[in-house]
Amino acid sequence: MSDLLLLPEHRYAKVIEQTRNEDGSELSILNLGPTHPATHGIFQNILLMDGERILDAEPTIGYIHRAFEKIAENRPFYQVNVLTDRMNYCSSPINNMAWWMTVEKLLEIEVPKRAQYLRVIVMELARITDHLICNSILGVDTGAYTGFLYVFQFREKVYEIYEEICGARLTTNMGRIGGFERDWSEAAFQKLDTFLTDFPVAWKEFENLFERNRIFIDRTVNVGPISAENAMQYGLTGPNLRAAGIDYDVRKAQPYSSYEDFEFDVPVGKSGDTYDRFCVRNAEVWESLSIIKQALSNLPEGPIHADVPDYYLPPKEEVYHNMESLIYHFKIVMGEVPVPVAEIYHPVEGGNGELGFYLITDGSRTPYRLHFRRPCFIYYQAYTEMIKGGMLSDAIVILSSLNVIAGELDA
Amino acid sequence: MALETANIKEKLTQKFGNKVLNFAMSRDIFSFEATPDAIHEVIRTLKVDENLNFHFLTDLCGIHYPDNDSTHQFAVVYHLHNWVENVRIRVTTYLEAENPELNTITDLFLCANWMERETWDFFGIVFTGHPQLKRILNMDEMVSFPMRKEFPMEDSGRTDKDDRFFGRIANNG
Repeated sequence: MSDLLLLPEHRYAKVIEQTRNEDGSELSILNLGPTHPATHGIFQNILLMDGERILDAEPTIGYIHRAFEKIAENRPFYQVNVLTDRMNYCSSPINNMAWWMTVEKLLEIEVPKRAQYLRVIVMELARITDHLICNSILGVDTGAYTGFLYVFQFREKVYEIYEEICGARLTTNMGRIGGFERDWSEAAFQKLDTFLTDFPVAWKEFENLFERNRIFIDRTVNVGPISAENAMQYGLTGPNLRAAGIDYDVRKAQPYSSYEDFEFDVPVGKSGDTYDRFCVRNAEVWESLSIIKQALSNLPEGPIHADVPDYYLPPKEEVYHNMESLIYHFKIVMGEVPVPVAEIYHPVEGGNGELGFYLITDGSRTPYRLHFRRPCFIYYQAYTEMIKGGMLSDAIVILSSLNVIAGELDA
Repeated sequence: MALETANIKEKLTQKFGNKVLNFAMSRDIFSFEATPDAIHEVIRTLKVDENLNFHFLTDLCGIHYPDNDSTHQFAVVYHLHNWVENVRIRVTTYLEAENPELNTITDLFLCANWMERETWDFFGIVFTGHPQLKRILNMDEMVSFPMRKEFPMEDSGRTDKDDRFFGRIANNG
């Protein structure tokens, strides 16, 4: 049976050959994925199983690899932005803002306070949607569809806010070098206010539905635990690391975009199991809401972009009627802007971990080399370790609790 | 006790002599170069020395410099992070063109496994001692290393892709 699936030189083949259980049953191979409805993305895992218990797993990734790093080497800086929001598409504004901040760090541009605060608001909104999807899908995978349907409408509300800000919903392409493309409309702030009143009620109910739920606890406590030591070894960051008990958060360690102005806690778990990851994400949503409220109440007046005519597109009406603006517009679109020679690493706290851009420039219009430190590419390595000894249904639950996003995994 | 860059430099030069060089602040990250034969020991020292304590591997990636001389054609860059002191460090090692090869650090950091596989996959840099050095994002049958600078991007004017096969009518612009 199993030799139909496996090449004879595969490492499982030998194990199966040698292992015979006492009752005469033998080990089996199960192919999970690449397109399995329970995996929320295209991952393949070849599982070595004893009955329903997983002994080993071999992950294969790269099914939606789109060579972003290669493409980025052939594009001017502002065109790279559309590549970033196709990585973690559950929280694309974070990726967009991270890219602009990398470029601003390269060009040493000081962004006005108002733009920094607006960026914080939109990044925290993105974090909420990211955690919302991850946690509610975890509910679906444990058999509770209701919670998912209930909170999912609020992702729609957040997308409406994005739409007011930049016109797009999923792949936002939001912002510019130096700030935002336009000031936020009155409607955007209104929708944000409505969201801030309605969403906490729903999220509280969502929490109540799960956190003390017997079935949910049975399915998640002690499922896929990882120790703090191992979590560091495997390069876990973000909520998955904090669930293991380490309070590393880039927003605290290396504040960017004025995060030092806000008061927020870094929730940590203890055992690093699926339940802790769920709870850490729940708690982070509350912290994000608090940051948004602080940013809104202290939102400074002023410009929404830095005064950098070399990099920031001039207003359209001037482009049509003013020669100089037209020249600047043309130069920026064609990427003919002055760029220093430098090596930059800029990390931000993404939805699922430390998202870093390592940018090397040689003074030309495109990056010489751009490497994305994609958090889930690095921590997905721990998945094999986490599911060993678990049941098949645990493997599904652990995968969704890790918040592995296929677009980011494969870049 | 804060971790001073001068201390890091002193400690490493004491131990490795001229195998570590070009210490400099590169914007906000302290960086230096190490020779490929020493890189494993350098990273190990950075990790296990209790004063340095760079216990987290943030990132590992390759770079291709076709315009450099033949001993500096490829680079592998390590970003390490000390969470306790909140200090980052960048180590670069340059490799020759003919036979880019260096020791793996998977024995020090488990997460280096896939990062090294990715670097092999895209640049053809061999990590000796790696437990499973095979392609990770590209398909196994591929023979070239796509992130090398000489590997061309697809020609946007190519004609062998026919739109009809993708559900669109021909020549619809």
